[in-house]
Amino acid sequence: MESINAKYVSQKISKTRWRPVSHSSLQQPDIFATGSWDNELNKISFWSIGSHGGSAMEDGFEGDPQLLCEHKHDGDVLDLQFLDQDRIVTASSTGAVTVFRHHQNSQTVSVVQHWTRAHRYPCDNAPCTGVVCSSPEIVTVGEDGRIIVFRADQEGVIRVIENADSSTIHAVTYLRTTEILTVNSIGQLKLWDIRQQSNSPSQILSLSGDRVPLHCVDRHPNQQHIVATGGQDGMLCVWDVRQGNAPFSLMEAHSAEMWEVHFHPTNPDHLFTCSEDGSLLHWETSSHSDMPSFLQGGRNSSIMSRSAMAPAGGNQSLISAWLSGDSSKGRLETSHMLPSQTLSVNSLDVLGQCLVCGTDGEAIFVNRQVSV
Amino acid sequence: MEEVDVEPAVTKIPAVSDGKHMGFAWGPGDILVYETLHKASGASGSGCSFIHEVRKDEDIYSPILRKLFNESHHIFVGLQTIREDLPSKSRKPQFVSISKNYRSVIRACMEELQQVAVSTRDGEVATQYGNQVSILLAIELIWNLCEVLFIDAAPAGSLLLHLLDWVRLHKADVDEKAREVLQSDSPAEHRDFWDVVVSYVLQGRLEEARQMLAKQATLQPAARSMYKLMDTLLSKMPFYNPGGTQTLTEFDVKWRHWHEEVDRCLQDNSFASNRHLEIICKVLLGDEDTLLEHKELLGTWYHFLVTRLLFCHPTVKPTELHYYAQSCMTMFLDSRSVPEPLDSILLAAFEFDIHQVIKDCSIALNNWWFVAHLTDLLDHCKLLQSHNLHFGSNLREFLLLEYASGLFTHHSLWQLAVDYFDNCPEFGRVYLELQIERVPLDTERKALKVLRICEQRQMSEQVRSICKIMAMRALRNNRLGSALSWSIRAKDAAFATLISERFLQDYCARGTFSDLDLIDNLGPAMLLSDRLTFLGKYREFHKLYEEKRFSEAAKLLLSLMTAKIAPRSFWMTLLTDALPLLEQKEVIFSADQTYELMYCLGELTSSLNTAAPATDRPMQEEDIELTKVELLRLALARNLAMAIVKEGTVET
Repeated sequence: MESINAKYVSQKISKTRWRPVSHSSLQQPDIFATGSWDNELNKISFWSIGSHGGSAMEDGFEGDPQLLCEHKHDGDVLDLQFLDQDRIVTASSTGAVTVFRHHQNSQTVSVVQHWTRAHRYPCDNAPCTGVVCSSPEIVTVGEDGRIIVFRADQEGVIRVIENADSSTIHAVTYLRTTEILTVNSIGQLKLWDIRQQSNSPSQILSLSGDRVPLHCVDRHPNQQHIVATGGQDGMLCVWDVRQGNAPFSLMEAHSAEMWEVHFHPTNPDHLFTCSEDGSLLHWETSSHSDMPSFLQGGRNSSIMSRSAMAPAGGNQSLISAWLSGDSSKGRLETSHMLPSQTLSVNSLDVLGQCLVCGTDGEAIFVNRQVSV
Repeated sequence: MEEVDVEPAVTKIPAVSDGKHMGFAWGPGDILVYETLHKASGASGSGCSFIHEVRKDEDIYSPILRKLFNESHHIFVGLQTIREDLPSKSRKPQFVSISKNYRSVIRACMEELQQVAVSTRDGEVATQYGNQVSILLAIELIWNLCEVLFIDAAPAGSLLLHLLDWVRLHKADVDEKAREVLQSDSPAEHRDFWDVVVSYVLQGRLEEARQMLAKQATLQPAARSMYKLMDTLLSKMPFYNPGGTQTLTEFDVKWRHWHEEVDRCLQDNSFASNRHLEIICKVLLGDEDTLLEHKELLGTWYHFLVTRLLFCHPTVKPTELHYYAQSCMTMFLDSRSVPEPLDSILLAAFEFDIHQVIKDCSIALNNWWFVAHLTDLLDHCKLLQSHNLHFGSNLREFLLLEYASGLFTHHSLWQLAVDYFDNCPEFGRVYLELQIERVPLDTERKALKVLRICEQRQMSEQVRSICKIMAMRALRNNRLGSALSWSIRAKDAAFATLISERFLQDYCARGTFSDLDLIDNLGPAMLLSDRLTFLGKYREFHKLYEEKRFSEAAKLLLSLMTAKIAPRSFWMTLLTDALPLLEQKEVIFSADQTYELMYCLGELTSSLNTAAPATDRPMQEEDIELTKVELLRLALARNLAMAIVKEGTVET
């Protein structure tokens, strides 16, 4: 049952991401990327968890992740996102944004695009804290409070929103193809329509009064108005961006900063959070009606299925379990996914039945049998 | 001064030429060394411009050993949570299992190092890794023996069994040789055949020895009965079974019978025709000369010791060990060869002199990892109670602090050190306080992690200092919003005042506020400093004004001055802000309010006149100031007139 094992990798892991799988096949992911931080020499690395051959699974044999290749990275890797199957974008503490290509035939990594000092102060570097991409568009945010839009295939910058935030923007996610959402260090969510030329957000939501810094955000894969955030106090907030400017529900999750929150991409009744307190939580809410499976888009087909979803928004049976009010607490189950440990779990990613996370204890944990 | 136990090692500083003088500065884990000019005055010769960093503990920088540090950190934290109040009987198995965990981590590390050492092409790296492997081997050997003797503290009978396991684990080359022999075409005729058999017997692995002998027996049908006899002797040798019903005395009697039987066989020359079998027979009797003839196979004096105990004193008591150990070491080592550090450490362990073991290990090994963790474990087993240091708190804490300080100098492993400091009750906190402030903060995320460490431990001084560093950096980069957030987090009123001041200056210069998203959402944080409160309230006034809620705006504006929230320097701006309100068609300021405004203006002008005789100010500015005052006076007078009229009019 508990098939989670630690691999010590001699570097503190700041980010872990599964390489996307083609949604036509029912494959489980088998390659993931990691980024390190706080090392003299930081790296991004690609790992394989081996073939998912039937025999290996039946034996319950779990091989260690094997290092495929790595590439040095200037500065801490503060964020990491796959652009497509081969390309990955990193956000660096030097303010640089880099696109790497993973050549799978030769198992090498090369830099295909590099924007130095994309985020900066007049006379210093500003760390780039978050990146989100929807190929070929890349959106980055930083401690300098700027939002920058790139295209993976163009050298120049497409768009810059100067002074988008007076404090640090910690994370960014897409709401729709043209709308992004940022969270900042004074507890605000800001919605931006990147088609508009104006340099002000279309909407600001905030936690009332507390100004608790928010560190991570993820959007419900099917219902684009539902957003989960995690902050410094370890609380999990679920927001309905259509309604009101306060969170829909607040749940106590961790005892320290929540570094990442992720809805399961194909089964969004499941949600995963990790934190500075060294824990990784699996949240499960039981929805009252079984959603038709055709409405549950995969990660990469999400744009298509989203447009199919839009008119169904008013349908009662489709109201997400995450928004079913306070009573949902009773039906919300959480479970710890890691053996007790004291050092921060900085990042997690979940795809299919596989979950990977990385810690400040220089360990990577892979669980290939997440029950979703 | 205390005596030095051993001559300290000499480190050559390559770039410092002979005859020069050196200066140095202590660091937490290393020393900085630089060349100095040792002349009282007039020295003009150019010195070397380098500063050298001398590290004692360089293992910390090995990428593979980092796994050891990380994994053992986890075990260490687990050990600290074992409850003190449990009866020692239920704690002992836990300690043994923790000790085994530590050892398995060492072993895993060793295997990986070995692999890299073998696979690398770089000769230097191979040697370096090879050296690390041998150090880890020694560490594991010592640890294992300490586990048997101190932690598990096996009684007579099972003590020998544990020692046998210990020797078998660390003398694994027998198995390699056996594999080689067995894989050859005819194992029985292999030249190492008898070496393997004898080695098996020396380690008490009689079952395996018998299997090997069976191969030889089939080749020599003539000597079958002799082989049969040896097989019987080997199979009958009694071993103590700690879990069984047999008492130690019963075992002893049985063993003596067996011993006499073997002796009889030797006396009646049963094996006289086969040299090898005769040797085995003598080994079974524990014949010292025969054993010493097989030094090559034994390899070490402690193997000799265990073999000798096995065949002469199987019921040895822990307290008797030191006697045999000493004699075995003297017998085994040539009189001319000096015992190596490892030998004396093991001997000290056999003598149950824990402190000597730890002391010798500290001197011999180049890292603190081993002594710190072992001492901590032994301390939990309550084995170090009696000893006091002349310095620091106690031995455990001293070693943990040394180890953790070393970790803290590492750019990445410093996070591990925190838990070690936490478990040093006396000085841990002071160490942590001093070190944590010196962690370089490159990003906010790192700063947040450091802050979390400080906040969890109520280290408010450090929290303030970290927030201040971050606020200063934000301020330097002109990020007022960030700077304010940091000072609010630190509850640093003075700094918040400073930044609010900057916001107000910016407003005066540009006429608009920057960072509205922050100022509009200050909430209760506004109360941190007077100036911040003013900033928030002043912004509120602007919002009211924009929303055309004039009377509320007017009331707020007035209260900012009368309640002395606004700094005097800002009154002019506030009064100027009142101008458009005074000029509105309808009356906004009541007569009373107007009087108060006039009073404020009076206060301001009188203080201006007395305080600043305006010598250095350019005339133009003075003029503008005067015009403003005139305008204000006029507007106030007109407003007062209108207000009196309005208030005097009876509404019909």
